Formats: sequence, structure tokens, C-alpha cells
Amino acid sequence: MANRPAEEELRKTLSGQGVETFAGKAIATRDAYGAALYRLGMENPKIVVLDADLSCSTKTIRFAQAFPERFFNVGISEQDMVCTAGGLALAGLIPFASTFAVFETGRAWEQVRQTIAYSSLNVKLAATHSGITVGEDGASHQALEDIALMRVIPNMTILVPADGFEAEQFVRLAAEFEGPVYIRLGRAKTEAVMPADYKAVIGKAYTFSKGRDVCIIATGTMVSESLKASEILSQKGISVGVVNMSTIKPFDGETFLKAIEGCRLVVSAEEHSVIGGLGGAIAEFLSERAPMRLIRIGTTDTFGCSGTPSELMKTFRLTAGDIATSVLTNLG
Amino acid sequence: MKPPQSQDTSWLKGKARQMRIEVLKMLYQAGSGHTGGSLSAADIVTALYFAKMRHNPKDPDWPERDRFILSKGHAAPVLYAALALTGYFDISLLGTLRKVGSPLQGHPSSKLLKGVEVSTGSLGQGLSIANGLAMGLRLQGLPSRVYCLLGDGEVQEGQVWEAAMTASHYNVDNLCAIIDYNGLQIDGRCAEVMKLEPLVDKWLAFGWHVLSIDGHEMAEILDALDRAEGIKGKPTLILAKTVKGKGVSIFEDKVQYHGVAPSKEELEIALKELGANG
Repeated sequence: MANRPAEEELRKTLSGQGVETFAGKAIATRDAYGAALYRLGMENPKIVVLDADLSCSTKTIRFAQAFPERFFNVGISEQDMVCTAGGLALAGLIPFASTFAVFETGRAWEQVRQTIAYSSLNVKLAATHSGITVGEDGASHQALEDIALMRVIPNMTILVPADGFEAEQFVRLAAEFEGPVYIRLGRAKTEAVMPADYKAVIGKAYTFSKGRDVCIIATGTMVSESLKASEILSQKGISVGVVNMSTIKPFDGETFLKAIEGCRLVVSAEEHSVIGGLGGAIAEFLSERAPMRLIRIGTTDTFGCSGTPSELMKTFRLTAGDIATSVLTNLG
Repeated sequence: MKPPQSQDTSWLKGKARQMRIEVLKMLYQAGSGHTGGSLSAADIVTALYFAKMRHNPKDPDWPERDRFILSKGHAAPVLYAALALTGYFDISLLGTLRKVGSPLQGHPSSKLLKGVEVSTGSLGQGLSIANGLAMGLRLQGLPSRVYCLLGDGEVQEGQVWEAAMTASHYNVDNLCAIIDYNGLQIDGRCAEVMKLEPLVDKWLAFGWHVLSIDGHEMAEILDALDRAEGIKGKPTLILAKTVKGKGVSIFEDKVQYHGVAPSKEELEIALKELGANG
């Protein structure tokens, strides 16, 4: 592929500067995505990026400025963006298509189903602004059903990073993976939770700790809340395990079954509707493979609303304290 | 693939007739499918596969091939006939159309059939795909052209106009879109269901070069495809006026043959008209 002189120059300037890493850093997963995409762009000329007029918010702007020939802003037309990404993949490139999760999975759902997934095209759908921590913009912009929408589509792999460190690894892994991938990213800063030696693997959940009483299976922003909830509960003498289920599909049943072994209660935790997402996946898996008591933490068949992210976490009962209270109530 | 002499339209007309015969035979065997829109597109698809496009049926993944995206995926039979008659697969496979286990799905599936570039069937998506493909090929310095065949009713889909804007914005001149303008859609005449006109003005306003032709005149089709290749800096649309069901009098311009396969009697009449033996 022909590189423009400017791009070549940039590559030279930036090569050998070492790999930026967000291990241990509190950062929004969208910021980690933008940075990782930029690095990937330097290394691999096959990476192309699409956006639908939200590049400053999705953080694809950094890639856009560095590699303008490989960046396609299609304007406010998400359906066109998804299928155009499909065409770029057919040409042998590796497209990352970004917009807000509501639009990527909702507005363009049928394009994702028909063009991307049915033909199994090598497109990476990296959507930001998932969940209620979008904040003040309110319900119209808060995707609480995106995991569910993607999970029902065959050939789709779903990744939900818990922090910036995991997000940057997922961007690289998604590029190496052959086939459609949905990466769910957030707007608000997320605490660092993954250890510095963590090596993400698509399809492999990460077990922080094994509990004797309760096992919390969390994803995305809810991993840090779940870790804090486990501390609250351990002070009350309850042994709680925590798992980061960052690949929602394919579901890592093996790690899941090991983690819940001997527990009395399983808890799912996600910044998403309890219908159809991680909680839904666990309910389906549990009821067929190992029936036991499950409580699902998430939004409960409702739309979001305006407010600051932290206010909304309280409003929708998604905080560590809410998880702990729910566990105590249900353990009886 | 090239005809014996590059502008030998009588040879191509013969191929188009053969295409129509195969389309009708496979639809009859399937017992269902889209007769009208397959026949209206037969001359255009023949011109592309037997004359204009650079492709190699023995090497369907050849990186420098021209690409064809059948955005009006319900015309799958005409694509399958072209692929079979140019040698992508054995012609006997056409008899399996729409049957369980067949690679010849009711609407084209690229996962199941070599030669199909991408799965289509849900209207409105093909032009966006064609844009991405054309821009991706251009980015890599490949000389390939991308052809995208749309239905006329299909342009009622909003996404088509999103793609029309994108192609123009990015000056995608290795792309040629063709509208099979047969004037009918499932519920009736396009003009009555949802007015399309003024179609030429709309595409011009979106920044396209537009060529209006008779979509059944082989010489006109070939000339338009050549002229489109010469247009630089903008995408070209060929608005091909066609007749739904073209080639068989009992099907021509009849809305009821949009999604219905011919009966045994109809097939016999059709094959006789098309001059097929037996």
C-alpha cells in the first residue's frame, strides 16, 4: 500500500517510542481506544477507520489526523457507515467503524446483521457511549440494550473491556481476529482494575478471586463496582468471588462454572439492561447447565435519564453498595 | 471473459437469451423466486459478465478482478445464471436453487457460493458496500472497477441516498451503479407506490454523472459501461430503462410476476418464445 510521505514521516518519528500502556491508569475506555487505534494505525497500513460525525467523541480523531487517507467520515449516516466498512473489509482492509452504541447497534442493526455478520466480514464495530454513564445527554444517547442486540446475531464476537488497559488490548486483539467484532466502550473515566501483567484473550474470562458463598460475574464498568462490593461483603464475613466476563460472546462457560463452584448465589453485574445482556446470557447458561439462584444487577427494563454519571449509578442502583445490599438481601 | 469480437452484440444477445432460459428453468424447478426482476436485468448482467468485467471464473479471488454487487439480491437467478454460464460452477447446480443445502440460496450468500462477492437481499445496502469496496481497492492502488446493480423500487430506501452522498463526497470514480428501471415493485407501479421521479435530476443533484439508456439494447449498455469508465472524479450512474419480465411476452410489464416462478405451462410458452430446444 502506498503511504503518503507525511504518514511515512510520522511512522518514523513515532516508532521506537515504546508502547503506551494504560495499565494502572484510570481512563475512559473510549480514550484508550483512540490511543490504541492510533498506534495500530502506525503499525498496520491495513487498518482503516470510519466514523459518522462523532470522531471527537469516539476518539477516532487521533487516527483521522494522523492517517487522513485511511479515515472515512461518512457524515451522520450510521447505516451507510456500517456497510461501507463491510466494503472496505471485502477489499482486504481491517475497518474499525465507530459511533455511539445506540446508533451502531440500533440504527444500523439490520446492516450489522445482513451485511457484516451474515457475510462474516472482517469489520470491527467499536462503539462508545454505552450505558447510563453517558450522563447528561439522557436516554436517547444511553445504550442499555446494545449487548442484547449484538448477542442475538450469529458470527458476532462481543468484547466489553473493564478498563483502559483491557480496552487497548482488545483493540489489538480485535484487529488480529478474523471476523466481526463488537467492542463496547464508555464515555466516563473508568478505574483501573486489571493487573499490570494481565494478558487479555478473546473468549477468556478473568477470575479475580474465587468465593465460597457468592460469585459476582461482572462486565465493563461494573467490574470495579463488583470488586468494591466484594470488599464490603467480606467485611461482613461473606466470601465473594469476582469474575471479569469481558467477552460476552462466545461465553466462557468453563471459567464461569469453575468460578461459581460451591457458591450459593450467582450475581451478574452490567451497565446494561438485565434483559438480553450478560445477565441474560448467564440466566440462559445457568438454567441449562447448573440451575441455581441468580440475581441480575443492571437496569431493569427501563430507559436511562439525564444526570451526572455518578448520580445515575446511584439512581439505577448500580453502585458497589447496591450490589452488596442486593447480595445480603438475597442470601437471607 | 471477452466475446469473440469485443463489440459483437449478436453473440452477446445470444448469451442473454441463454441467460433468460436458464433463469426460467431454475425458477420453475425451484417453484418460487423472482421472475420479473431477473429477466429485466438479464441484458445488463450479460453485458457485465460476458463482455465488460475483467474476471476469471477459474480464480474467483483474483485481487485485480472487477467486482459486481447485486444490491437487488432478489434477482439472484440472473446472477447464478451468469456465474454458471461463465464457468464458476457446473450448470447442473442451477437446479438446486432454493433447495435445502444448496449454495444457491433464495438471495445470494457469499459464504456459500464462490463468485458472489457479498451476501445481499435486504434492499438498500449494496451501494454502501460497493462504495467501501471501491474506496478500499483504490486505496491499495488496484485498478479494479466496482459495479452495483440496484432495483428501481430499492432507491426508496434512505440508505441508498446516504451512499449516493458518500460516493460523491469521496469522488469514487471506480464505481458504476446501474438502476434496473423497470417501473414495477411488489405492490404495483413505482410511480403509484412511491414516486421515484425525477430520478435523473436526483442523482445529478447528488453529484453523480448520469447516463440514461435502454437497458435491453446491448450496444447501448456496452457503450454506457465504457463511457462510465472514462468519467473521472465522480461516480457514474447508469439509469437503464427496462421492462419487467423482458423476453417473454406473458411476463412483460406484469406486476404479478415480481415474486412468482413460472408454471409448467408458462415455462413451455417462455422457452418456445426464447427459442430453446425442447
